[in-house]
Amino acid sequence: MNVKYMYSLLAVIVLFLLAYLGVEAAGLRMLFGIVIPYVAVGVFLLGVIYRVMGWARSAVPFQIPSTCGQQKSLPWIKPNKIDNPFTPGAVVVRMFLEVCCFRSLFRNTRNAIKEGKLIFEWEIWLWVAALAFHYAFLTVIIRHMRLFTNPVPVCIQMVEKLDSFFRFEILTNTMQVGLPGFYLSGLILLAAVTFLLLRRMMIPQVRYISQAADYFPLFLIFGIAFTGILMRYFTKVDIVAAKELAMGLVSFHPAIPARAIGGVFYVHLFFVCTLLAYFPFSKLMHMGGIFLSPTRNLPGNSRAVRHVNPWNYPVEVHTYEEYEEEFREKMIEAGLPVEKE
Amino acid sequence: MSDFPKPDQLLSNIDRTPPRTDWMDTPVNIRKGMYCYAANPKSVEYTHLPFPHQWNPTDEDWHLPENWKEILHEGFKVRLERFRSFKIFMDICVRCGACADKCHFFIGTGDPKNMPVLRAELLRSVYRNDFTLAGKLLGRVAGARPMTMDVLKELWYYFFQCTECRRCSVFCPYGIDTAEITMMARELFNLIGLNIDWIATPVANCYRTGNHLGIQPHAFKDMLDFFVDDLEEITGIRVEPNFNKKGADILFITPSGDVFADPGTYTCMGYLLLFHYLKEVYGLDVTWSTYASEGGNFGSFTSHEMMKRLNSKMYAEAKRLGVKWILGGECGHMWRVINQYMGTMNGPADFLEDPVSPITGTLFENARSTKMVHISEFTADLIKHGKLNLDPSRNDNLILTFHDSCNPSRGMGMLDEPRYVIQNVANHFYEMPPNTIREQTFCCGSGSGLNAGEDMELRMAGGLPRANAVKYVHEKHGVNMLATICAIDRAALPTLMDYWVPGVGVTGVTEMVANALILPGEGERTTNLRGEPLPGMEDE
Amino acid sequence: MNDRKYIIAGLVIFIAIFTFPFWYNLGKASPGPDIKLTEKAKAAKQCVMPTEYMRAEHMHLLDIWRHAVVRNSDRTFVNASGKEFTMSLSNTCLDCHSNKAEFCDKCHDYASVRPYCFDCHIDNPKEKK
Repeated sequence: MNVKYMYSLLAVIVLFLLAYLGVEAAGLRMLFGIVIPYVAVGVFLLGVIYRVMGWARSAVPFQIPSTCGQQKSLPWIKPNKIDNPFTPGAVVVRMFLEVCCFRSLFRNTRNAIKEGKLIFEWEIWLWVAALAFHYAFLTVIIRHMRLFTNPVPVCIQMVEKLDSFFRFEILTNTMQVGLPGFYLSGLILLAAVTFLLLRRMMIPQVRYISQAADYFPLFLIFGIAFTGILMRYFTKVDIVAAKELAMGLVSFHPAIPARAIGGVFYVHLFFVCTLLAYFPFSKLMHMGGIFLSPTRNLPGNSRAVRHVNPWNYPVEVHTYEEYEEEFREKMIEAGLPVEKE
Repeated sequence: MSDFPKPDQLLSNIDRTPPRTDWMDTPVNIRKGMYCYAANPKSVEYTHLPFPHQWNPTDEDWHLPENWKEILHEGFKVRLERFRSFKIFMDICVRCGACADKCHFFIGTGDPKNMPVLRAELLRSVYRNDFTLAGKLLGRVAGARPMTMDVLKELWYYFFQCTECRRCSVFCPYGIDTAEITMMARELFNLIGLNIDWIATPVANCYRTGNHLGIQPHAFKDMLDFFVDDLEEITGIRVEPNFNKKGADILFITPSGDVFADPGTYTCMGYLLLFHYLKEVYGLDVTWSTYASEGGNFGSFTSHEMMKRLNSKMYAEAKRLGVKWILGGECGHMWRVINQYMGTMNGPADFLEDPVSPITGTLFENARSTKMVHISEFTADLIKHGKLNLDPSRNDNLILTFHDSCNPSRGMGMLDEPRYVIQNVANHFYEMPPNTIREQTFCCGSGSGLNAGEDMELRMAGGLPRANAVKYVHEKHGVNMLATICAIDRAALPTLMDYWVPGVGVTGVTEMVANALILPGEGERTTNLRGEPLPGMEDE
Repeated sequence: MNDRKYIIAGLVIFIAIFTFPFWYNLGKASPGPDIKLTEKAKAAKQCVMPTEYMRAEHMHLLDIWRHAVVRNSDRTFVNASGKEFTMSLSNTCLDCHSNKAEFCDKCHDYASVRPYCFDCHIDNPKEKK
């Protein structure tokens, strides 16, 4: 057993019990339904601002893009405008592809030594899973806005409609899926998160580098997706009451609805709050960090446009005069020109 | 080295299975053949770097200053403020593992601490402990560990097993660049005098004499004069290089390694021939400098400050000599420094003119601010305009491939210029497989100051992926010559080729140019610059 | 730093997007749906199942009914207290809850749900027995 993922799994189980028992046994609906969500959102916003401004405070002394393609040089040599951007506009394109399409991850290969030869294979699955995970999560967040807006904006209804275009219904004695409509994003999120978790646990090298901080968000997001799916298709929840609670929070008239909402709902909410509050202090800040990564967000034009280092201090140098002073005799003898005969 | 493993032995020793113990519980084993000797204190002292002292990496006691932990902590803090790159790279890694098998040292050793992600984690764990809330509160659960002597030794060992080649940063979804982290780690070691001699002594030499071999001005001239004699024998023409000439058109700076050791010397002879040709035919006046006689910058493997101190000579000399602009020879990290650091550090170079080739009239727009042009850009432009009289068949005995050097590829993006030059001066050229060239090129395994003799096992292991790709084209197309535009490659790759792919030589691109270049009034050439018979001349 | 303004602009945009539900609903009173029961429904006191259950799972029940009727031609539903109902959205549900706009739609609109039941069962048409 690997203690690192056990720690994380344990933490998520404890969180589950806290919320479930807190609501079902201790009746702490105010705490889990109102206080914690507000605190979590506050911590998230302030935390993100604090971290990003912390990065902004650090200087960018040198222009160090990773140049992943032909530079712009002679007019008849075709430059790679995206992977070695020369202008700010091209940097924007590079960053867009990086942020929205995970371009660098798309390059991923895998290699192994077989019979003394280094064999390369294209490795696409990490890219596929990462992309699926992030876009599914984004879709899930957007469609949840139906619970935080009234009236629900058309664009959000559109996302919902798209997400549930796949009509998929199962009806058995134990299980009923499809009414309400089946959301693809939830399933993809759960599948992707499971893949990413298994990948971390199964591949020896990846397991070796993984920290508890890598498993925890995966377990937590698994928990979020799982409780969400559980509520929607299996245990069911009074969605109108849930929306009343959500609307109370976002309109600053928080109130616990008179009609009870199940414990699973509070677990779901508490998981989300934990994720929000945890976000700024974790690796999840890669969401902001990628925009500030100096190897990606700077143009490769440092020979054409001078970059200024804000702390460029004068340094001790060995001047030509000192050099000539030491070697003058020998230089004259060898016929090398000197400043002072 | 009697205990040095044979190639198949080294190959079969590679085991990617991670140890059973967690990496924090796996102690470092500073193994012979895998590390470089400690710096000679005299070299450290000469450049006034901190804490010069005698020590040995395999000793228990490294004789550190009493407050070494404080020095490192403060140094860490300052660097987090000065380099956003460092702070971001400490913070945002998600350990996805995309970089893991991209490192030539990992491929060649299988040591998990050579996975770029884990190499960085070695330092990140200390960062978490000292600078993050989670690390302070949760300690090891949050992946944090305090700096101890064992941790320091581990950091030292593994950050001198990185050649700052940046291959991992190409694949990282956030562009996390291990080269940057390694540079920071080495700056920190430098604060407590933990340099290696293969870096510190060249730095001291460079500082004093202008070149990293410590060649004094008269000797530098002597060495080029030897080449002049050799060239006269081969071509029948006596070339006359200028030294420290005021008012020359262009100052030429190249790594001093090419003045000193084969096969770089042939590249150096190539420069001499090319400049002679340009002088005779077009009246271009190029001067060499004995003061700025080093293009390579081992300061960049020490600290940003040392990098700046050494690099300052280029502009200072250009200014003193009153040249129009500077031309740079074939070198790897030299060009990373020129391309990404020089203008910022020691510019603006407003005393120089816009870099225009007086022969073709081409303005090198991409070098407009730094005013330094790469010899391959310069030569490619000359060839494109038909300004060189070339006979590529003189290179017909060679079947070439091109090794992209790390820094010109991933710190500059110079990929097609040297290829264009090669294809115009030679007839047989084959590319290595796409995963191993251009921006995905593999390091020679000896960059960033690691091409010493004592770490040969490390170098041969690190060079494995490169050698393997050469072997592929060697077997498939009969490639017998590996062309590069880097002096460290020329110094390191011959050994690597002899070890993994015997029968493949190493050359500079300009050597190929000079072989093909028909000089006005030259006698019939029977040999190439190496004194080997030209194709068809074998019997004479 | 000269890029501070871009970073701050980026942060502002991010915060604006993140806080979207807060400012979107600003100044709008948004009470929960106020559903009206018809007299007939009021008189019945209880639906086919307990109210709690109906609130969360009526769609589930309807699905079971549809399945039973269409696949098994079983039209009779017996609830926990032994009472019998005809399984029919139009004839049973919408018989009591004849005020679709005041009853069904209120909650469906509030929760942004668009059930396809009413694609066919429009305006309370009586089915032929």
